[in-house]
Amino acid sequence: MDALMQFVFSGLTVGAVYALVALGFTIIYNASDVVNFAQGEFVMLGGMITVFAFDAGLPLPLAAILAIVATAAIGVALNKFAIEPARGAPVVSLIIITIGASILIRGATQVLFDKQLHRLPAFSGDDPIHLLGATLLPQSLWVIGGAIAIFIALWLFFTRTLLGKAVLATANNRLAAQLVGINTGFVMTLSFALSAAIGALAGVLVTPITLVSYDVGVGLALKGFAAAMLGGMGNPKGALVGGLLLGLFEALTAGYISSQYKEAVAFVVILAVLFVMPQGLFGQKTTERV
Amino acid sequence: MTLKNKWVQLAILAAIILILPAFFPSGYYYRVGALVFVNALSVVGLVILIGYAGQISLGHAGFAGIGAYACALAPVHLGIPPVLAILLGAAISAVLALLIGRPILRLKGYYLGVATLGFGILVSMVLSNERGLTGGPDGMAVPSLGLRPLLRDMGLRLSGGEFWYIFNAAALLTGIWIALNLYQSATGRAMRALHGSETAAQTVGIDVSRFKLQAFIISAVYASVGGSLLALQNGFITPDVAGFMHSVEMVTMAVLGGVGSVLGATFGAAVLTLLPQILTVFHDYEHLVLGLVMILVMIFLPLGLLPSLAARIRWRGV
Repeated sequence: MDALMQFVFSGLTVGAVYALVALGFTIIYNASDVVNFAQGEFVMLGGMITVFAFDAGLPLPLAAILAIVATAAIGVALNKFAIEPARGAPVVSLIIITIGASILIRGATQVLFDKQLHRLPAFSGDDPIHLLGATLLPQSLWVIGGAIAIFIALWLFFTRTLLGKAVLATANNRLAAQLVGINTGFVMTLSFALSAAIGALAGVLVTPITLVSYDVGVGLALKGFAAAMLGGMGNPKGALVGGLLLGLFEALTAGYISSQYKEAVAFVVILAVLFVMPQGLFGQKTTERV
Repeated sequence: MTLKNKWVQLAILAAIILILPAFFPSGYYYRVGALVFVNALSVVGLVILIGYAGQISLGHAGFAGIGAYACALAPVHLGIPPVLAILLGAAISAVLALLIGRPILRLKGYYLGVATLGFGILVSMVLSNERGLTGGPDGMAVPSLGLRPLLRDMGLRLSGGEFWYIFNAAALLTGIWIALNLYQSATGRAMRALHGSETAAQTVGIDVSRFKLQAFIISAVYASVGGSLLALQNGFITPDVAGFMHSVEMVTMAVLGGVGSVLGATFGAAVLTLLPQILTVFHDYEHLVLGLVMILVMIFLPLGLLPSLAARIRWRGV
């Protein structure tokens, strides 16, 4: 039982990060129908920039804010210079563009910073908390709490603000949104900024636990992509559930079956779900028009 | 004389392959050329899947991994000669593609992407985790093909580079010849029809899932043979051959050159194989430039390098 709780805690911690990456995928997908494979790079940038700003002498909160703002700016640039010019391109081309962007960002980070692993100090110490017979790092609470806070903030943004509703309207029907006077170009820019900022924040929160280097983005993007698909692409609730489930699968597999094959089991489960529910857990069934 | 004619296409390619060595300053270039051909072979398989049938795969390196490790393992454990191990790998890949293809190909677009991605990751994970068999992430040695000593006994002396240049070129030309025949056949036409619109194809009586599956299996065999040749040529193999980045590389080569045409895809394979060789000069900037090239080509030459250039030349009336 104690072991189970331990696995659940660690599963929820990684799962929260996957959920945030999946949420980033979801926001951009809704606004532009693009799956952004550079999403993992936003997380990496969040961690890397914070580390270097912190080492340069900035206080941690300020370093984190700088990282989030800088990453959001990079997200906007990605949209302006790579996604918008390719509007209407087939899915394969868009996949290649965003993968190209992720390689580009990785390459630039490696030139600008370095290839080393870096860490940040835990925000509130390293003394483990004892809970339900298991131990929990305070930083895990930061990660899980941060994810919950972001989801609540986004939910409020989408349901309570005019701008949030404009984003939803654009996601639903771009042309109709344009007709009622929504600036869909701005909505797209906003979506890229938002999802980059969320990714960067996830990177800041998780770096004290998992460390960061220029190449951690690929793995995170793959997991986030899988989580988003598991939940049903384009659905924020799906991103949250998909991410947490994926984290739990991995932790439980690592604990009870094989730590080497933890990622394998996660993908097997996802494949199984997709075979039964081709649109993911919360995806909507759509009919193709000829 | 038109580029559409398959014999013209094959003749152009064969001529290029024959003439190129005249410009090689050293034996090293034969090896690079052989590498281009092997990559191109895998990419031609993807042209059938992506270009003909309109289905994406982000996990085709998984099949390359199966082909590669078949050549590494079968001669040692089963006592099979490497040439037959290529066929064994291809057979395993085909059966696997048949088994997973039907459920996977029901998915569309990004969902198909994540499913194929999952498959590729599973293969590479098995390869890196089963240390006892595969040597784990460190990789393992691959027995030599054994054809070169045979040729030497027949009086034909070739360096390793020269041998692989010729052998892989022959494999590539055969692969392209098959792909071009398929393009014109009834099966190829059916595949291209479902690329346009699956629903429309269905209404005229095309068994959509059958042709998707066929394209998937054929492309898997191409990737598998490509992986085998890569392993045999290098004499060493690591699980990276089945990794996500290799899958992405393959798709990028196909789309970069022009996924609608076999020659275009070959050209794309050449560009992306040569680029890193050239970029080692810039060392630290390698990834930066590679990513930039991928983005720029997709935005400004959406049809791919070769078809876009061809269209531009035609447009100028040259």
